Parts: sequence; C-alpha cells; structure tokens
Amino acid sequence: MKTMKMRAILIALALGLAAPAALAAGPEIAIPAQKWSFNGPFGTFDRAELQRGYQVYKEVCAACHAMKYVAFRNLRDIGFNEAEVKALAATFEVNDGPNDAGEMFKRPGLPQDKFPSPFPNEKAARASNGGAYPLDLSLIAKARAGGPDYIRALLIGYKDAPAGFALGEGLNYNEYFPGHQIAMPKPLNEDQVTYADGTKASVEQMSHDVSAFLMWAAEPKLEDRKRLGFKVMVFLIVLTGLFFAAKKRIWSRLH
Amino acid sequence: MAGTATQPAGTTEPTRRDFIVVAAGAFAAVGAAAAVWPFIHQMNPSADVLALSSTEVDLSQIAAGQSVTILWRGKPVFVRHRTEAEIAQAKTDDTAVLPDPQKDADRVKKPEWLVMMGVCTHLGCVPLGQKGDFGGWFCPCHGSHYDTSGRIRKGPAPTNLPVPEYAFLNDTRIRIG
Amino acid sequence: MADNSNSGFFANPVVKWIEYRLPVFSTIDHMVGTQYPTPKNLNYWWNFGSLAGLCLVIQIVTGIVLVMHYTPHTSMAFDSVEHIMRDVNYGWLLRYMHANGASMFFIAVYIHIFRGLYYGSYKAPRELLWFLGLIIFLLMMATAFMGYVLPWGQMSFWGATVITNLFSAIPLIGEPIVTWLWGGFSVDNPTLNRFFSLHYLLPFVIVGVVLLHILALHQHGSNNPLGIDTKGPQDRIPFHPYYTIKDAVGVGAFLIFFSFWLFYAPNFLGHPDNYIPANPLVTPEHIVPEWYFLPFYAILRSVPDKLGGVLLMFGAILILFLLPWLDTSKVRSAKFRPIYKQLYVVFLIVCVGLTWAGGKPAEGYYLIIARVCTVYYFAHFLVLLPLVGWFEKPLKLPASISEAVLKGDAAPAGKA
Repeated sequence: MKTMKMRAILIALALGLAAPAALAAGPEIAIPAQKWSFNGPFGTFDRAELQRGYQVYKEVCAACHAMKYVAFRNLRDIGFNEAEVKALAATFEVNDGPNDAGEMFKRPGLPQDKFPSPFPNEKAARASNGGAYPLDLSLIAKARAGGPDYIRALLIGYKDAPAGFALGEGLNYNEYFPGHQIAMPKPLNEDQVTYADGTKASVEQMSHDVSAFLMWAAEPKLEDRKRLGFKVMVFLIVLTGLFFAAKKRIWSRLH
Repeated sequence: MAGTATQPAGTTEPTRRDFIVVAAGAFAAVGAAAAVWPFIHQMNPSADVLALSSTEVDLSQIAAGQSVTILWRGKPVFVRHRTEAEIAQAKTDDTAVLPDPQKDADRVKKPEWLVMMGVCTHLGCVPLGQKGDFGGWFCPCHGSHYDTSGRIRKGPAPTNLPVPEYAFLNDTRIRIG
Repeated sequence: MADNSNSGFFANPVVKWIEYRLPVFSTIDHMVGTQYPTPKNLNYWWNFGSLAGLCLVIQIVTGIVLVMHYTPHTSMAFDSVEHIMRDVNYGWLLRYMHANGASMFFIAVYIHIFRGLYYGSYKAPRELLWFLGLIIFLLMMATAFMGYVLPWGQMSFWGATVITNLFSAIPLIGEPIVTWLWGGFSVDNPTLNRFFSLHYLLPFVIVGVVLLHILALHQHGSNNPLGIDTKGPQDRIPFHPYYTIKDAVGVGAFLIFFSFWLFYAPNFLGHPDNYIPANPLVTPEHIVPEWYFLPFYAILRSVPDKLGGVLLMFGAILILFLLPWLDTSKVRSAKFRPIYKQLYVVFLIVCVGLTWAGGKPAEGYYLIIARVCTVYYFAHFLVLLPLVGWFEKPLKLPASISEAVLKGDAAPAGKA
C-alpha cells in the first residue's frame, strides 16, 4: 500500500512537472487514489468485481478496444468455471484458417483463443474512429502512471469544457487526461450494463469494476506473486536471523 | 604464504559443530533447493501450450483406403479410412504373435477409422504408410514394421503406435485430444 | 598445496584423489577459504563486493532461462515477453527477478564503489584493482542498456534511439558509426538482434573481468576501514569461516531487500511506457533512462553543446581512472582525513542531486541544479582532491590494525 501511495505521489509529481512542458491547457488535477482489494502485501482480486468489470469491458469497451494478450481460458482466474468459459468463448466468432480449400473462415471461439480484436488492423481501427487509435487494453493498467486509479479517474472525468477552453474538433473534455482533450467519447453512462449480481451500474461503479478488471488483465499473476512473496520473505528473515546468530558464534572465537 | 594465514594467537579453531551454524547451513540448503524449482519448471509446457490440446478432423473427405496426417501437439496423427481387407487382416492378426499384444477392437472406436500417433515408438521417426511386411506401416529409420492396426510386428520398436484420446463428434467429425 | 592441518576436509580420500590431479579445492581455499588472509576489521560495507557477485550470478541464471522463451524480433519481442509473463511457468517471477535484479546489481555496485571512495581502496598498490572494477562498471552499463532494449517497449525503442544517437556527436565519422550500430537507418530489427547477441555475451566478459578483479585483490589483500596495511598475522583472520559467514548475513539481508521490490513493487523501478509496444512514430512525452543512468544523463543534458555533453558524460566515468593520482593524499581511509570526509559527504549529495535532476525535465531550475552538480562533480576530482591531499593534515594513524582493535577503535568507521 505504501508503495502504491509513494507511487501515486511520484506520479502526481511527474505529471505536475511534465505539465508545463507539454501542455499549456490547464492545471492537472491529482488522481484520486482508490482502495483496491489488490492493494497491499496481502491484497487479492475481488472475483465478483472482476466479473462485473469483464462485463463492462465486453459490453462497452470491446466495441473498439482489443485485448489481444488475454485468452478466454484466463477467465477461469476470475471465477468462471470451465463450462462457463467454453460457453462464453463460443459466443464469439474468431478467425481461423486456412481450411482445406485454402480459405480463411470464422468459427465459434474456444477457451484457448485470445479475445478477438474488434478491428483487423490499426489502419482499420483508425478509419472507424476518426483517426484515433483505440489502444489495446491488455496492459493499459501497467502502461499508465497511476494504473487503475488513473483509468478509473479517466472514466469518471468527463465534464463540460470550462468556459474559454478551446476544445479541438472531435475531441472531448476530460479532467484527468493529460491536456484534457481526449478523442474517446464518454464511454459509460448510468445503467449502461445490467449487472447479473444486481449491483447498481452507476458510472462510478462501472469505472471502478472495469479498472480492477484491467489491472487483473495486466498483471494476472499478482496474487501468485504476493503469496509467494510472503513465503519467501518469512523464509529469508528466518535465514538471515540464523546466519546472524551463526556469525556471532563464529566470530566469538576471536577475542 | 601459508604462514600468513595461521590463526592469531588466542583464538581457537572453529569446529563448525555448533548447532546454530549447522542449522543455518541446513536452512540455506533447503532454500537453495526450493529456489531451483522455478528454473526447472519453466521448461515444462506453458499454459498456452497446454491449452492448445485439441484438433478437429473432418472425415467426410477421406475415402476408403486413404489416410490423412494431422498435426496435433506438434506431432503427426494418422487418420486412416481402412478398407474391408485391412480390417479383416487386422482382426486375423489378433491371434498372431504380437510383441505388444492388443486386440484390434481395443485400438479403434469404429473399425473403418484407425486414428493413431504417427510416431514410431522406437526413436520418434514418422513411419511410411502401406509399406513393410504386414501391409501397415514401415519406419525407414531403423526398420520397424507395423500391421494394419498399427501394431508393432517386427523391428526394434518396443510398442504399438499409440492411440491418442479422441472422440466422434458425429459420424464425419472427430476431435483429437 | 593445501594446509592440511586446518581441517579434516583435505584428509578425505576422494578430495585427496581429486586434489592430486586437479587442485580445485585448494584453489578455492586460497581464493575465498581458510588460506586467504583478510584484515580482521572489515565492516559491513565490505559485503557489497560479494553481493555484486551474487547479483551477477542471478542475472546470468535468470537471463539464460528467459532466453529460452524470448524472441529477438521486432514483431515478436514484446509478445514473447508477455508470453513469459502470462503463460510460462514462473515466467513472471523470472522476468521480474531479471528486471529488478539489474537495479539491485547497480545498487550493490554503487555502494561498493562509494565504499572504495571513502576508504581510499583505489590507492597504491590497488590501482589496477580499481581499473578492473571500473571496466566491470562500464561493461555493466552497456549490458544493462542493451538488455533494456530487448522487451521492445516504447522506452526500449526510444532509449536505444537516443543513446545510439550520442555517437552521432562525433565529428565526421559520427553518422556512419550510428548507421553501423543500427545496421540500418533507424533502430530496427537488425539493432534488436545485435543488442540481444551482445547482451548475452557481455555478462560472460564481465565474469572474466571479475576473476581478474579478484586476482588483483588477492595480490595485496583487501583494504580495510583503517586504510593501513596489515602488519602481521595478528592483524589477519582467514576469509573462511569469518567472512564467508559475514557475507552470508549480507546475502540474507540483501535478498530481503531484493524480494521487497520483486514481490511487492516489481514495476516501481521500471517505467510504465515500457508496457506500450515500441512505436517509431511517437516519442514518449518524458523520456528518461533507468534510474542508474540518471546521474550521467543529467551531466549529458546540462551541456548545451551536443558533442560537449557527450564528452562530459563519458568524461564523468573516465575521470575515475585518474582518481588514484588525482587524490594526492598518502592516507587511504577518510577516517583519518577530516576535510576529505566532509568533501565525501558533499560529493555523495551531489551524486544524489544529479540522479534526481536526471529524472526531471531539463529546464528551469532543474537544469540549474544539474549544472551546479556537474561542475561540482568535476571540481571534486580535478580541483578539490589534489588540493586537499596537499593541505589537509591527517589524523595520526594507528600503528597496526590489532592495536586499533584493542583500543576499541575499529568499530565500523565513520558512517556505519
């Protein structure tokens, strides 16, 4: 948690200091730090939150944003069972081929398939989005200073541009985006998705859930890492204690 | 040089018999052994390789007397549409002297479809089809002969060509793996 | 021949059989064993040599394993790293070990260097020992730089572009050299491939230089916190078991420190932009090298002239080769040099200042601070050290290590 905080401070500093160089658009607003279930040395992902986040991704973000490093089989990590993953994958069409006739074809998705991308290539993606390229989201939570805090802030950060702010053609005002002019239109509106678990789908809630999901997607081994880390730390502390005692014992033979 | 290393006066030779020293050493050894595991395990098949473990084959295009070779887990799988004669031969051979006894009926799900790994059980070459002394397969590397059921009959290979796990999805489609 | 009197180990018949044919055990015994006499008063700052060695081993072992899964091609490098992170068994652990291990290596080496600066370990007769250490440092920097390029993220690509472009500052032949380094007209697949090759090669060159470093060390033995030569057996103890166990304590503590980063903040020392695949069309807004290059980056940027900046940056390292002669004092340890001790602290602060300034945009007061620190950095070596050596009146040195130890003087000096 401390590192997260430290990191947030450093990021805030970095952003603050970078600002005058790059953007004359206006003052940056500090990214509000959230309490994430995966923070801290014993943090774990909240499966229900991740599943809601996946639903937001699937029903909203996936229209434009690919996640090419995540496979359907990975969804078992966030609490879906094997049959559910199979059924879910089968609702998608993926490209395959060539078949015996030498042609590419579409088939229902399988658990081992990566999430299919909404556009065949970057040029097509740009063409459909007014020249802007919707980024692959697989790693976005690690590729942005502030990580999930930043993503959540960005998603709730859409406001009317302040008076006198010269907003570029086809751009939208966002409080937390560096420079405040973002090509992505406001993606989330109240009750945009209907959560299976009955959670109220406020913009705040969806933003939080999808940010957590993206953190999982970027760092799927986070729980393994922290779990192993604890064991290793305990072992090393005992080992160092033993070494120190042994050192005292051996050195006591001198004078 | 050796003289300079002698102990200063008034110190005793460390015996290394102290419990705490032995305990520290033992503990370190256990830790080192545990730390080796990730370095070994990383060479085992990764998650994506394990996930890619099934392949589907369309049988409708394979006429009797024809075979196709499918790549499954990086290795060839023979799918042979056997002729009546081959099936009869395989059944007759059930009673022959077999180095690795197995009934033909245990090697197929439907008698006309023989599905097996195309990897010689000797040293891993790919046997040639419809060659050799028994009308089945013949491995050119070291001369192993397999019969029409893919059973080893002659040569250095120790066992029959293994049958992978597969299932008929319908009459004309199988999934291997 | 081994000194059989000191342990039953050399009496073992198998050991004897091998030893008679290949003197491997006695060689080790003379290198880091009972037959290597060591000053009895080394403090914990002397642990960082062995810790740097440990880091080198960790980097080589994790590196060899990562290569089993990595693909050095611009279209696949980034994907293969993600494959390691997501699908390879313990791949995330191995990669985070390697990435953070580089930082740990530099931490250990920087402390090792600053220990040498404090206790005058570079002075006669250890000048070549110091040179070899500096060569290791240079090789490490090259290795770390090329390694950082391999994941082919945005920082990889732009770091490679900026650093290779340094060579374009050389008059006349600069441009052809850069083209030659790249194997093309920009940082691209040929560049990635040669960096990969060299990144794999150089660590083994480092191992070779480390062995020379140890050989040079053994010629006159370790320096010590008092900076005076050992006078006789009463001043020395065998390396094993005394310093092997002391090094082990250091290893344990260091691994705890390492594990903290590895398991709880594995990306803290990295840069978020390196999780964005390389894009030759877009430069990241705020491009910074890894933290361990920041002081040199600050020096580079503090000079408004392209060639001047490059020369000064390399000069900042090369000047260390002259240190044994720039420091005119006959006394080694800062413990007995009241004025040098103060200058050392200022120098340390200046280096931290350079590191800090290197991470900031080169403008406004950051640039002023970087320039002041740069001037001081060179003044420290070129002006202050020679003068202080002449004018400083050192404290009285103890007659021998054991005398100082008996007086209770040898407690870790100065800052420990």
